[in-house]
Amino acid sequence: MYTASDLRKGLRIKIDGDPYVITEFNFVKPGKGQALYRCKLKNMITGSQFERTFRSVDMFDPADLQVKTMQYLYMEEGKYCFMDTTTFEQVFVTEDQVGEAKNFLLENVEAEVLFFEDRPLGVTLPNSVDLVVTKADPWIKGDTVSGNAKPVTVETGYVVLVPSFIEEGEKIRIDTRSGEYLTRVKD
Amino acid sequence: MIEALRRFFLERDYLEVETPARIPAPAPETHIEPVPSGDWFLHPSPELCMKRLLAAGYPRIFQICRCFRAGERGDRHLPEFTMLEWYRRGIDSRELMDECEALVRSVAEDLGMGDVLSCRGKPFRLSAPWPRLSVRDAFAAHASISPEEALRQERFEEVLAFEVEPLLGRETPLFLHSYPMAHASLARADRDDPSVAERFELYMAGMELANGFAELTDPVEQRRRFDEARAEVERRVGTAPPQPERFLRALERMPEASGIALGVDRLAMVFCDAATIDEVVAFPPEIL
Repeated sequence: MYTASDLRKGLRIKIDGDPYVITEFNFVKPGKGQALYRCKLKNMITGSQFERTFRSVDMFDPADLQVKTMQYLYMEEGKYCFMDTTTFEQVFVTEDQVGEAKNFLLENVEAEVLFFEDRPLGVTLPNSVDLVVTKADPWIKGDTVSGNAKPVTVETGYVVLVPSFIEEGEKIRIDTRSGEYLTRVKD
Repeated sequence: MIEALRRFFLERDYLEVETPARIPAPAPETHIEPVPSGDWFLHPSPELCMKRLLAAGYPRIFQICRCFRAGERGDRHLPEFTMLEWYRRGIDSRELMDECEALVRSVAEDLGMGDVLSCRGKPFRLSAPWPRLSVRDAFAAHASISPEEALRQERFEEVLAFEVEPLLGRETPLFLHSYPMAHASLARADRDDPSVAERFELYMAGMELANGFAELTDPVEQRRRFDEARAEVERRVGTAPPQPERFLRALERMPEASGIALGVDRLAMVFCDAATIDEVVAFPPEIL
């Protein structure tokens, strides 16, 4: 159990059966009165946010969250299948829960899957991934204007802006957090 | 700033005192948790020892010292902070408000800040006199419910902190006074209206800076209030804090007096237009 004095930004607690993360926190203590802990909370399943004030006497259950490294296997009817590489147990994660990570998921790559009481909540990829460009307009020789960007499609179907010298078949590194091109990768 | 504070009191014939930071029994208060130090405690405020000095016959005393309160950490709270306390025999809380006003104005002048400070891009005027507002009127003006109703729902602090406080003293300092008796552990009842305590708080820019009151000098009533607080703490944590017996004995000889505690770090925040207390101290606890 947590007490109110454990509350801080980033702490994950369980309220009414749902996991919440504290996104904003302030300690307030008017005069000689009791301490108040004003928190902004985000539901980790629905994403909905609300503000609540707690007191010193309030107690909280920690949200039972676990992170597992899992291998992405395949997608079927909008569900993404991940496998625990030690137990070979498989789980399905919805498209919403996968979120932006779906743009960079290649079969057999490893990702971190966040669980709340054995229910998957989300997927986190390494900060960058290397993907092969599958479709790109050819580089027109003589186009030397620096800073020129063009859209290309990578093997996951994701479209990203890259410098004009990138050609089909090349491997590029993409930042999974911003979704932006980082650099060309030479094998 | 510390020098300017000292100068003000020395010019007014106050005696600077030092009292021990480690004490066997702080004032039992429901909402202040002292930091244990061996079998004793680090003082959450020097008030009990200073009042014993008053009782021993010193008429005007002040102290600037470090105080300690467990679990207090926020934008305006440090678990160890600097407190200025002063006590004066023979004055009531209204006269103490006058002196508090004179002190802050004198320090601002000493520091060359003039009569108008800047607070979040807006002028903040120190020119006297500062408005004085009772808790009842403040709730009537700014809160969704009356202080009595808030007390009944046990939401007094919440309503005060979130509905009233942010609107207090925004353009000029303000004294909030006449607190419900339930919120004044060591203050005496107002002689004109015994339902409220002769206690006040100084607000500057929506922030509480000082808590002052006319001292309760009745040892029987004081023991009753301490016992109430001790019982409440016992209910919550299992053991009652010790009773400050020597202080209660000294109270029998305590003259009519008023005293006040002012957060020196917060005064620095006002002068520096700082948004958090971290900006005015070199070492917040997290970087020690």
